[in-house]
Amino acid sequence: MRAVSPFIISNLSKSFTMHLRGGLIIPVVERVNFSLEAGKCTVLGGPSGIGKSSILKMLYGNYKIDAGSALIKHGQEQVNIACVEPRKMLEIRKKTLGYVSQFLQTVPRISALDIVAEPLLQHGVTQKTAHERVKELFTLLNLPEKLWHLPPATFSGGEQQRVNIARGFITAHPVLLLDEPTASLDTKNRQVVVEMIEKKKQEGVALLGIFHDEDIRQSIADKIIDVSDFAPLDIVKGRSKNEDGQAA
Amino acid sequence: MNDEVGDGEVLASYNFAYLDEQTKRMIRRAILKAIAIPGYQVPFASREMPMPYGWGTGGVQVTAAIIGPEDTLKVIDQGADDTTNAVSIRAFFAKTARVKTTMQTGKATLIQTRHRIPEEALTNDQILVYQVPIPEPLRFLEPRETETRKMHGLEEYGLMHVKLYEDIAKNGHIATTYAYPVKVAGRYVMDPSPTPKFDNPKMNQCEALQLFGAGREKRIYAVPPYTNVVSLDFEDHPFEVTKFEEPCALCGSEGAYLDEVILDDKGHKMFVCSDTDYCEKQQRKKMQNLGEEAKQRAFS
Amino acid sequence: MTRELPLLDAQSISKFYGSRSGCEEISFQLFSGEVIAIVGESGSGKTTLLNCLSTRLMPTSGSIHYLGRDGVARNLYQMSEAERRFLMRTDWGFVHQNPSDGLRMAVSAGANVGERLMAVGERHYGSIRQTAQNWLERVEILADRIDDEPRTFSGGMRQRLQIARNLVTAPRLVFMDEPTGGLDVSVQARLLDLIKGLVNDLGLSIIIVTHDLAVARLLSDRIMVMKEGRVIEAGLTDCVLDDPQQPYTQLLVSSILKG
Ligand SMILES: Nc1ncnc2c1ncn2[C@@H]1O[C@H](COP(=O)(O)OP(=O)(O)OP(=O)(O)O)[C@@H](O)[C@H]1O
Ligand SMILES: Nc1ncnc2c1ncn2[C@@H]1O[C@H](COP(=O)(O)OP(=O)(O)OP(=O)(O)O)[C@@H](O)[C@H]1O
Ligand SMILES: [Mg+2]
Ligand SMILES: [Mg+2]
Ligand SMILES: [Zn+2]
Repeated sequence: MRAVSPFIISNLSKSFTMHLRGGLIIPVVERVNFSLEAGKCTVLGGPSGIGKSSILKMLYGNYKIDAGSALIKHGQEQVNIACVEPRKMLEIRKKTLGYVSQFLQTVPRISALDIVAEPLLQHGVTQKTAHERVKELFTLLNLPEKLWHLPPATFSGGEQQRVNIARGFITAHPVLLLDEPTASLDTKNRQVVVEMIEKKKQEGVALLGIFHDEDIRQSIADKIIDVSDFAPLDIVKGRSKNEDGQAA
Repeated sequence: MNDEVGDGEVLASYNFAYLDEQTKRMIRRAILKAIAIPGYQVPFASREMPMPYGWGTGGVQVTAAIIGPEDTLKVIDQGADDTTNAVSIRAFFAKTARVKTTMQTGKATLIQTRHRIPEEALTNDQILVYQVPIPEPLRFLEPRETETRKMHGLEEYGLMHVKLYEDIAKNGHIATTYAYPVKVAGRYVMDPSPTPKFDNPKMNQCEALQLFGAGREKRIYAVPPYTNVVSLDFEDHPFEVTKFEEPCALCGSEGAYLDEVILDDKGHKMFVCSDTDYCEKQQRKKMQNLGEEAKQRAFS
Repeated sequence: MTRELPLLDAQSISKFYGSRSGCEEISFQLFSGEVIAIVGESGSGKTTLLNCLSTRLMPTSGSIHYLGRDGVARNLYQMSEAERRFLMRTDWGFVHQNPSDGLRMAVSAGANVGERLMAVGERHYGSIRQTAQNWLERVEILADRIDDEPRTFSGGMRQRLQIARNLVTAPRLVFMDEPTGGLDVSVQARLLDLIKGLVNDLGLSIIIVTHDLAVARLLSDRIMVMKEGRVIEAGLTDCVLDDPQQPYTQLLVSSILKG
C-alpha cells in the first residue's frame, strides 16, 4: 500500500484582478497538477514570470487559490489549503509546512541568532538548546561568528540569505518550500545548501523548490515540473506547443 | 453675621434653628440614609446659610436639622472653643435656637467640629457633627464625579492605595497626616474631613453618632455608633498615630494632640494641647493634685 | 476531540450613533494567542468596533462571548458592570493611542504600574514596588525613573509605560488603538519590537487597530479590513496584504507602497 502523498495539488488555478487598473485580469496558472513525495525534491521550472513563485505562495496560503485543491497531510488529517481557516493555516505553517523565501524579513533589533532560534522556541525547545543548534547551522553555512549577535538588517545579501536558510531549515517540517534560496550565494555556500537539502531528503522531507542554477537543479532534483505546461492559453498563445489552442 | 442675629426682633422672623421645617426634614432624610449606609455620601439640597461656605455651612445645616431645645451645644474649631468661627456658630445657635451652649465636652449633647475630635472619649448620648470641605476621598486622583461614584458603587478602591504608595515613594513613609482615608464598616472608603490622622482611631467603635456635612459639595455622610473605622495602609507600612516627643507645655499631659505655638519672633515656641477644654481640665487636675500634695505635706 | 473554544466570539456587532453608522454586522472569533489587526481608513469604524469589543461602548445590537479563566464563555453585554470592570483591570488591557488617556499623568511611573495590583488587593508596598520595577525594566525604562511622573517621559516611554501598566496583572487579551500613532519612526520600530517580544513571551491575544499596514504585517496573524463600518475583507495578514481581493484593499496596499 502506498503512503498518502504529503502534498497533492489538483487543478490549481490562479489569476490576479487588478482593480486599480480597470479590473484587468492577469491569468497566472491553470489546472496545475502534481504531487510531492516524501524524501524527494521536486523542482518547478519555466521562464521568468510564468508563475513558479505564485504556486509556492498559493501552497503556503500566502496567495488565494481561485480554483482547485491542494491537500496537505497535516498530522493525521488531510487539509485543503484552498479553503483552510486562517488559524488552521498558521498551525500548518508551524508544524507541517516550511517556507524559505528569497529574502529575509528582517526585524530590527533582533539578532540573527534569535531570528533563527524563534521557530524552535515556538516548538518548546529551550533557548540554550535552540542557540546551540543555530550556532551549528551558522558554522555550517560559514556565517562569520562576529555577525551572530547582530540584527541582520545591515548584513550583505548573501549573509541575509544564509540566515534565512538557517531559519527555514532548522525546524523539522515534513514539507519544505524553497523559492530560490541560493540565488545570492557563492559556489562554496551553494554546495553547503545542496548538502543540507540532501540531508532533508534523507530525513524523509518532501521538498518543492525553485532553483535558477542549472547545476544545483541537476544535483538535487528528483522530478522537474515545467510550469509552462500550466500556463493559461492566452499567455502562451504564439508558443509552438500550444499553437493548436483556442485563440482568444 | 453677629450683627444680623443681634437682637430678638430680627430673630422673630426666623424659624427655630434658622432653617424652615421642610428643609430640616429633607436634611434629616439624608442623615437617616447616611446612617443606614455608613460612609456613603448622600446628596442633599444644601441651602444658603447666612455665612460663607468656608465657615462650615454643611456642618451648620446638619446641626440645625437635628438640634432640639433640650440640647447643649459645643462648637470647636481646630480643637478650640474660642476662635471666631467657633464663637460665631455657637452664638448663631444660641440665638436662633436658644439652646444652652458649653465649652465642656462632657456636658455637650451635640458637638460641631472643624478639624478635631475631642480628646475626651465621647459617649452614646452625644452626636459629633463635622464640617467637611471636600467629601470625596478619591478626588485627588480621579476628578470625574461620575467615575468616583462608580468606584464607590463597585468598591473599586485601588486608587486610595495609589495615593498612599505615592506618599511612601516620595517620603519613605505615609506622609498623609490630615484627611487620612478610612474604610467604614468594611465597605465605603471615607474622608474623615481634615482632622489629623491622630484622631482616626477615635472614630473606630466610637460610642457617639458621627455626622459629616459638606455644604458647598452638598453631601452628608455618617458613621453610626459602634462602627468599625479602619485607616488604610500597607502591610509593610502600617498606619501609625502621630506621636509627640514632649508633653503639653501647659497641662503636662502626654498622648494628646499638640499644636505648635510661636512665642516670639526669636523662634521660641512651645507645644500645647489643641483641645483647649481638655487642656484646661488637665491643668485644673494638675493644680488639684498639687494642692492635695501640698495639703498632704502640710498635715504629715 | 473537543474543539477549542474561542477566547472572544463576536456576533453581528453593530453600533449606530443616532442614525449614523459606526460599525455594522461584524462577526469574528479570536482564539487564545492570536493577534488580529483591524485596518481601514479614517472614519471606517475601527475605534468604534474596538470600543464595542472591549465594552467601553455598548453596541446597538450583537453579542460577544468571552471565555473566562474558568473555561466558561459569557456574554459580555449581559455581565454586571462590576464583573466587566473587573475583567478590564485584570484579564484585559487597553492601550490608548494617546498615552495620557491610559496613564495617570500626575502619579509616578511606579504607581502607574502598581495601580492594578493595588486594585486587586495587593497590600505590600515593597512587593508592589518590586513588581513595578521589573516591569519597567521589561519595557526598557530605567529603574531610576520609577518615581518620576509620566509627564516627564518622552512619547515612546509613555507608551511603553502604558503597556507595562496594562500587562502587570498578566491579562490574556489586550486591546490597542493605534499604539504607535504619533511616534516617530525609530521610536515606533522599538515599540513594535517590544510588543512583538511580549506577544511571543506571554502568549498574549491582541486586537490592534492601526492604519499602518506595516504595523499590521509585523504584529498580526490575521487582519480585518474595514470600510464604511463594515469588514470587507479578512484573512491571514500576509495573504490579505500580498494578494488583496477587494478594490479598496488593493488601493490601501498600493497607497502604502507609494508612501
Ligand atoms: N501579488 C501579485 N499581484 C499581481 N500580480 C502578481 C502578483 N504576484 C505575481 N504576479 C504576477 O503573476 C505572474 C507570475 O509571477 P511569479 O512571481 O509567480 O513568476 P515566477 O515564475 O516566480 O518568475 P521569476 O522566475 O521571475 O521569479 C507575473 O505576471 C506577475 O506579475
Ligand atoms: N461619539 C460619536 N458620535 C457620533 N458619531 C461618531 C461618534 N464616534 C464616532 N462616530 C462616527 O462613526 C464613524 C466611525 O468612527 P471611528 O472613530 O470608529 O473611526 P476610525 O476608523 O477609528 O477612524 P480613525 O482612523 O480616524 O480613528 C465616523 O463616521 C465617526 O464620525
Ligand atoms: Mg519567482
Ligand atoms: Mg480611531
Ligand atoms: Zn494641655
